[in-house]
Amino acid sequence: MPIDPNYETVIGLEVHSQLRTKSKIFCGCPNKYGSDANTQICHVCAGFPGVLPVMNREMVNMAIKTGLAINGQIRKLSVFSRKNYFYPDSPTGYQISQYDLPIVEHGELFIDLPDEPKKRIGVTRIHMEVDAGKSIHEGIVGASWVDLNRVGTPLLEIVSEPDMRCSEDAGAYLKKLRAIVRFLDVCDGNMEEGSFRCDANVSVRRYGAEKFGTRAELKNLNSIRNVMRAIDFEVDRQIDLIESGEEVVQETRLWDANKNISRSMRSKEDAHDYRYFPEPDLPPLTIEQSQIDALNATLPELPDAMAQRFQDEMGLSEYDAGVLTACREMSTYFEEANQVVSEAGKKNAKATANWVTGELLGRLNKEGLEIDSSPVSAQNLGKLVALIQTGEISGKIAKKVFTHMFDDGGDPQTIVAEKGLKQVTDSSSITAEVEKVLEAHPDQVEQYRGGKTQILGFLVGKVMQATRGKANPAMVNTVLKEKLG
Amino acid sequence: MSINADTVKHVANLARLNISDDEVESHTNQLSQILGLMDQLNSLPTDNVEPMTHAVDMLMPAREDVVVNGDSREILLNCAPDSEDGHFRVPKIIE
Repeated sequence: MPIDPNYETVIGLEVHSQLRTKSKIFCGCPNKYGSDANTQICHVCAGFPGVLPVMNREMVNMAIKTGLAINGQIRKLSVFSRKNYFYPDSPTGYQISQYDLPIVEHGELFIDLPDEPKKRIGVTRIHMEVDAGKSIHEGIVGASWVDLNRVGTPLLEIVSEPDMRCSEDAGAYLKKLRAIVRFLDVCDGNMEEGSFRCDANVSVRRYGAEKFGTRAELKNLNSIRNVMRAIDFEVDRQIDLIESGEEVVQETRLWDANKNISRSMRSKEDAHDYRYFPEPDLPPLTIEQSQIDALNATLPELPDAMAQRFQDEMGLSEYDAGVLTACREMSTYFEEANQVVSEAGKKNAKATANWVTGELLGRLNKEGLEIDSSPVSAQNLGKLVALIQTGEISGKIAKKVFTHMFDDGGDPQTIVAEKGLKQVTDSSSITAEVEKVLEAHPDQVEQYRGGKTQILGFLVGKVMQATRGKANPAMVNTVLKEKLG
Repeated sequence: MSINADTVKHVANLARLNISDDEVESHTNQLSQILGLMDQLNSLPTDNVEPMTHAVDMLMPAREDVVVNGDSREILLNCAPDSEDGHFRVPKIIE
């Protein structure tokens, strides 16, 4: 949304994506989240003198795969550099990163926005680096604690071009990038646990201005929603400053998600003087074309290609296709459920898609669950959709069955049988119910016959009520009309 | 190219080196001499020379992605100046 039509917003994003290797980037310690403090560290993690980093082969493979997935150029020669700064959670006093020769350059991805054509966002570069440890301040008197478990976690820093123009663009970029790393299975994309972190560079300029405005860097954004809110807040703040004759200063700002505001991180002016130089402990990294080709051959179907297939082959809407390819767990769930529906002889991908994106995701969101911990399995959801398609139960009853499945487990056939929910399609029993209803409501029957045909809905409702929703509504309609003649 | 005393003080501060005024003077001279040598190198024609990023002519060795390490908490905490409840204990960082 343009906040002030005279200004254009310019956004670039830096994403730090923790890779799902088994071991750390430069040593053989385990790479996992949530262990007790300092239980996955060695002398390399703790920055002891004399130790040397040894590159994890899988880290490089994951970086190349990610680069290929965003149409990037893989550098045949890339170099690690030292980024020098002092902080207790980085025992070496420097971070091993890449500077002028990163492994991937010139990539791109395409973002999906509602009611707009796909938009291209450039990816300037992807480089490999190590994560730092964690400092703990709260509740500790007169000191801070340091946990080095995270030191050496392999990171990809993915830097976009300043191609985004509003917070919606930024949200769509993050969703697409997260889907890609999840499809590649290189990162779990969990923003709250910090395995997928985003910093946003935001500036504004008057429309038509050639130069970018002064930018602020926003940090501490631990969800896509917070990224978008922080950007909107920042755009307002910068326009207000300019409109009141003040200047935007280049600074880092921390987002406070509880108060919905950002505040300046007072930092010393030389904080960004990192004095990069080539890492003496690591020789240059060379990559053969054969290695790139081999990795390219292992790439899975990626979200954009899969969403296109869902539209072309199954007739899904662009929106549903986008939702169902947001992560691999989601697309796998949908394809498994849809397979069950097809096997029941009632191909209807649209109905399956509606059940997954509507009823299932709605309930999962409400319960705060992810698709891979859904109490209703893909097989059972598929069976449920098949029961509707074959006319055994109505859509309305299916919602009841779904609630049972979600709350108490079980497969739909058993629930339908046990609770006696099977749709009544037997015309004699429907006729009997219809006759009873007509007898009980002579006034309405008279009104109908007198020309007030909209009363039919009321009578259908009464029959459905009498059969506890089990009668086939189309048949009830037909029989009623017949009898009312 | 030469270097002045302010630059030396700035770099020393970034590197957390506490140097005396005398040292500032001698470092300024020495660093200026080193940069003078760099200027000499810059005067050479290097158009057809690949930039070198490492002094040793070798390629990056790599290891397989397997866990072989990590269970050294007590050993490493014992080497630290101070520790508490499984953590390294450092002077309060946040203002």
